[in-house]
Amino acid sequence: MSEMTEAPRVAAAPRLPGWAKPLAFALLPVLAALLAGALVLWALGSDPLNYYTYVVERGLLRTRGLQASIVHMIPLLILGTALIVSFRAGLWNLGIDGQYILGTLTAGVVAPKLVAVMPVVPALFLAMLAGAAVGALWALPPALLRAKHGINEVISGLMMSFMATSLAAAIIKLWAKDPASLEPQTSTIPVEQRLPLLPGTDINLGIVIALVVTIAAHLAISRTSAGLKLRILGLNPAAATHAGLPAPRMIVLVLCLSGAIGGFAGAVELTGVLGKMQASWNPAYGFAVVPLVFLARMNGWAMIAFVFAFSVLSIGGASAAVRLGVPQSFTMVLVGFLLLFLALAEWIDQTRREQA
Amino acid sequence: MSGLLTETFLAALLSGAVVAAVPLILAGLGEQMSERAGVLNIGLEGMILGGAYAGFAAAVGGWGIWGGFAAGILAGMALAMIMVVFCVRLGINQIIVGIAITLGVTGVTALLHNVYFARTYPRLPAPEKWAIPGLSQIPLIGPGLFDHHLMTYAALLAPFVLMWLYKGSFLGLNLSAAGEKPEALDAAGIDVTRTRTTGALFAGAMAGLGGAYLSEIGSGIFVPAMSHGSGFIAIVLAMLARHRPVWVMGGALLFGLCLSAATALQVGGVEIPTDFIQMLPFAMVMAVLIAFGRKARLPAALGTPYRRGQR
Repeated sequence: MSEMTEAPRVAAAPRLPGWAKPLAFALLPVLAALLAGALVLWALGSDPLNYYTYVVERGLLRTRGLQASIVHMIPLLILGTALIVSFRAGLWNLGIDGQYILGTLTAGVVAPKLVAVMPVVPALFLAMLAGAAVGALWALPPALLRAKHGINEVISGLMMSFMATSLAAAIIKLWAKDPASLEPQTSTIPVEQRLPLLPGTDINLGIVIALVVTIAAHLAISRTSAGLKLRILGLNPAAATHAGLPAPRMIVLVLCLSGAIGGFAGAVELTGVLGKMQASWNPAYGFAVVPLVFLARMNGWAMIAFVFAFSVLSIGGASAAVRLGVPQSFTMVLVGFLLLFLALAEWIDQTRREQA
Repeated sequence: MSGLLTETFLAALLSGAVVAAVPLILAGLGEQMSERAGVLNIGLEGMILGGAYAGFAAAVGGWGIWGGFAAGILAGMALAMIMVVFCVRLGINQIIVGIAITLGVTGVTALLHNVYFARTYPRLPAPEKWAIPGLSQIPLIGPGLFDHHLMTYAALLAPFVLMWLYKGSFLGLNLSAAGEKPEALDAAGIDVTRTRTTGALFAGAMAGLGGAYLSEIGSGIFVPAMSHGSGFIAIVLAMLARHRPVWVMGGALLFGLCLSAATALQVGGVEIPTDFIQMLPFAMVMAVLIAFGRKARLPAALGTPYRRGQR
């Protein structure tokens, strides 16, 4: 019946395929951010076109650069997954950097000892679990504060992150320093006992782990009943409570799960790429991943694509910092612009939908 | 240890506490007004950093200390303008925009620092102090509390001015209404958007001024990311102080004392790893949140954009 009563559409716009609009809304902010970035480069006296071509050449077109970009994706993908898990539930786990750092530290302390006493595969697996456990633990105070007192988890999470960087450095210097090294760092895992490389490349198995985690989480959120509960909590906490979902307990569970994935990300990067944890190590990946997750609209598949693009930008940008003298902090400027334009695009989309 | 308890040492400790507290007082008061009006300003950290860079660059560039303060205020307000346009006017998520501002400013100031100061690392001369006659002669607290740059005294008086503003002026009432029940304010014929804009711009100005104080008076140099979380600490202070400006100052002074004590102990030769000292303020915030978290109260309409006629 309803089909018949609906007014026929007059002069319908040419129908675009379903994926066209999300793609446009993802790409337009990227373009705008690159343009705004070009203005900044120009103001600093660099040639924007030269910079961007150099970045693409170094991060994407050369085999070595491409492999480095793919390796760089490993922690970003897992951290992005951690963020998606919490964002989908309407929670802001911005303490992700602290969880990552302590996960890295844990694996850095535990893994060299474990590989010495047991086969590599179970040893590294245990180290990753340990990293995940510590990540979950570090997410617990903000989670409890949020669930019990309704205190904004953004602020408490950031506090925990600031603490984690200093705590990790202190632990390494006081208790976990490799006596064989002059620098404050943990013992190094021998190269042959790290995650194995994919045949014929410099890319380690971590990328497979990262992709599996990303896709598994995406499917779990979109296809399982637990995922549905998580999304209900995110879309309407009041409705979740009405439906009989234990909101406070879920808040704690979700934030700790997100923290566990964050810690896991650090452990995977340590066992695959870093091999040791240095006291000064604080890449602050979390803030860089936030915009990528929003760009992907919290969709795991789309996030893989955006993380890849960002990795190319980072790896190429690192080369450009050396060769063209444009500091690496320019990448951060781009990410800031991206976030602003993204918010703007979201707003335009929403306004148009309201008017329609 | 006995050398630690000399009068000079304790006076320096107090004086350091005040200087460390001023940026937190200023930014915290700004954030308090912004939160009161319903705008959660996660970009405060970025505004402090932007103010720190602008103030320092202006002072080095020959505008003098006060010119630097003005530049800091302008930089903070310019950044707050982004917040106003995106969050107050368009109603875009305040957390996203706040993160964007903090990230962008961290990047831009690091870039500018790299271009202009990274090779020379200019340093400003020690600030001109203005000792309050009489009071500064009191042993111990005299040199500790009453021998500072003028801006320090202004920051210490600011909470009282704001107290009056909130209790005794229409603007103060409007601000609270904009945060608690914006539709009531609208019904009373007062522009919610304009009221919230005032709150957000004030937060930017105060954070920028706090940043300028940090680089010009506090350290005399600019270092990338030098705000190191003080924006977030200021947000917590504003949250915990609820509606009382004087509490923001009290909290900030406690923090200042803790920061200053850590540095002083180190200078005094007590062996504490710097990493633990850097952890201290954040650990303190978490401890305070855990202990008093129940009492932290935020305005009812905080973080939600106001659209007319929408429920």
